[in-house]
Amino acid sequence: MSTRNLTGRLAGKSELGVAGFLAVLGVLVIVEAASLPPAIGQFGPIGPDVVPYIVGGLLLVTAGLLAVDVLRGGRGEAESGEDIDLSVPPEWRTVLLLAAAFAANIVLIDTAGFLVSGTVLFWGSVYALGSRRYLRDGLIAVAVTVLTYLLFAYSLGVPLPLGPLDGVI
Amino acid sequence: MLSNLLDGFATALTVEHLLLAALGVLLGTAIGVLPGIGPAMAVALLLPITYSIEATGAFIMFAGIYYGGMFGGSTTSILLNTPGETAAVVTAIEGHPMAKKGRGAQALATAAIGHFVGGMVGTILLVALAPLVADFAVNIGAPDFVAVMLLAFIAVTSVLGKSRVRGFASLAIGLTIGLIGLDPVTGQQRLTFGSLHLVDGIDVVVVAVGLFAVGEALWVAANLRRTAGKPIPVGRPWLNRDDVRRSWKPWLRGPVIGFPFGAVPAGGAEIPTFLSYVTEKRLSRRKDEFGKGAIEGVAGPESTASASAAGTLTAMLTLGLPTTAVAAVMLAAFQQYGIQPGPLLFERESELVWALIASLFIGLTLLLLLNLPLAPLWARLLRIPRPYLYAGILFFASVGAYAVSSDVVDLVMLLVIGLIGLMMRRFGLPVLPAIIAVILGPSVENQLRRALQLSGGDLGGLVNTTFSVVVYCVIAAILLWPLIARLVRKFARPKVDSHAG
Repeated sequence: MSTRNLTGRLAGKSELGVAGFLAVLGVLVIVEAASLPPAIGQFGPIGPDVVPYIVGGLLLVTAGLLAVDVLRGGRGEAESGEDIDLSVPPEWRTVLLLAAAFAANIVLIDTAGFLVSGTVLFWGSVYALGSRRYLRDGLIAVAVTVLTYLLFAYSLGVPLPLGPLDGVI
Repeated sequence: MLSNLLDGFATALTVEHLLLAALGVLLGTAIGVLPGIGPAMAVALLLPITYSIEATGAFIMFAGIYYGGMFGGSTTSILLNTPGETAAVVTAIEGHPMAKKGRGAQALATAAIGHFVGGMVGTILLVALAPLVADFAVNIGAPDFVAVMLLAFIAVTSVLGKSRVRGFASLAIGLTIGLIGLDPVTGQQRLTFGSLHLVDGIDVVVVAVGLFAVGEALWVAANLRRTAGKPIPVGRPWLNRDDVRRSWKPWLRGPVIGFPFGAVPAGGAEIPTFLSYVTEKRLSRRKDEFGKGAIEGVAGPESTASASAAGTLTAMLTLGLPTTAVAAVMLAAFQQYGIQPGPLLFERESELVWALIASLFIGLTLLLLLNLPLAPLWARLLRIPRPYLYAGILFFASVGAYAVSSDVVDLVMLLVIGLIGLMMRRFGLPVLPAIIAVILGPSVENQLRRALQLSGGDLGGLVNTTFSVVVYCVIAAILLWPLIARLVRKFARPKVDSHAG
């Protein structure tokens, strides 16, 4: 019971982070709008900074209202779904591993080519999601990547980068 | 109009377009059945094909995915008690008990036929009404446009969802993303921070895929159910005479409820399917069976959901107004082709629109023909190992976003927006207002500035038409609704019908 209370309180507090995010974003938008150079070719009474001011204001107001709501005990309802089990706390480790696999994909795609980065992304994601059948997962990852490459290259006419393998294959 | 439709059929009945329609409905159904992927995510993931396929073919396929997805969602509702789509939530109430009683085949059949009937009636309404709406809307000016789009913003944040402030927060995030890039009027850079990659704005494909695919996959991954539910095995769908007798009226009532809701901002399919369920329960002679597997409770909502999709397409095509997430993503696809949906679409892109509408009829027929025999096969899709499913979503999200411009920065953007999508799901910020704001925000700003330019900066220029005044009154009513409701409750005697619901 007490652990549930604790997590409940922590979750309530973490939502203040959303309000903070909105506030930071709001300040950013407003500061940026204020620093826009005066429009030379301004066309009509409203310059390019007016709508950003409105949006920034909306961000700040929602940030404030959200903070008040959270402090009063209001809570955003986490999204549910078919494969989602909200009765246990979220496992952020999985998300971190997935983000890492995705980051590896970002780093590798232009250097090592899509065949490598795609395989790493798929295999890494499958690992992050809890599968431990390394060989089968690896084979599937390679197959999916190669098929996708062929599909994009020949059916859609979008060649994905091959990296160092270019010319070899 | 009829000749337009016949021309549309001529375009849609070519081999290539038929194949795309079939591919669309098959993909859509598979996606509807698969957990974790909805039609909005599916269309988002397929947006990159807009770079390689001509517009007509792409939209024929997207429409097939939309209708197929709406249908596929009911399969999981019935066999697994977990709705594949929000539109199918109500179907689970009666559909799953039916399956448990061994009447899964009948539940699937009444859902499939209900879907067909609802979609057909809805699409006929679309054919009849769309040109009229377009004719009317062709005369609306910038002030009216601004008013309607603001109504869409307010409705989607206030009517749907459980928390208004969270809806507005989502809207504000979307508007901010929409601001990034060159100001269309003066050409000044906004929120680009000197980055060349941001000057063109963030590609809407990246935003849609990030919010719908990456955000969703990450959120599901964090909360992945370790013990998957077991679907109830089922044979070929069929109906006996008694089932048909009990189903046909709900099938026909569905479009009456579903179509109008689909067409209004923030309508979608959730509210009308629920209304349909309540209506069928009221009208049924076997109220005792409700909750234990009444076939009317599957037939009505499924037909309603399908018709609401037609209503949604009507609003999207004639007004450029997306009322659901799928419509928002399809609107993004139109923008990829440089086509602006709205009243002029029927004049300028007559061939495309009518081919799209004709393909809806074809798609619905294909759905019925394919789904009745294929139902047991679809059910097997539910057994796909979850790691492969969600890894696959991330994989295709990455490939699609990269294919947009072969720029690795798009992938970084995709991850960032995906993490924002994760945060939104974790803290109950609805995703729909954000995506609608990203897509509509820039055009609202454009029209707003045009309207004020015409009036010389006078704010009265925004309310100088009867139409815009009416729309602003509706907006005010929605915004003040909680207050009004409180007052009404205070003054009226509480005469609550305890039998309601």
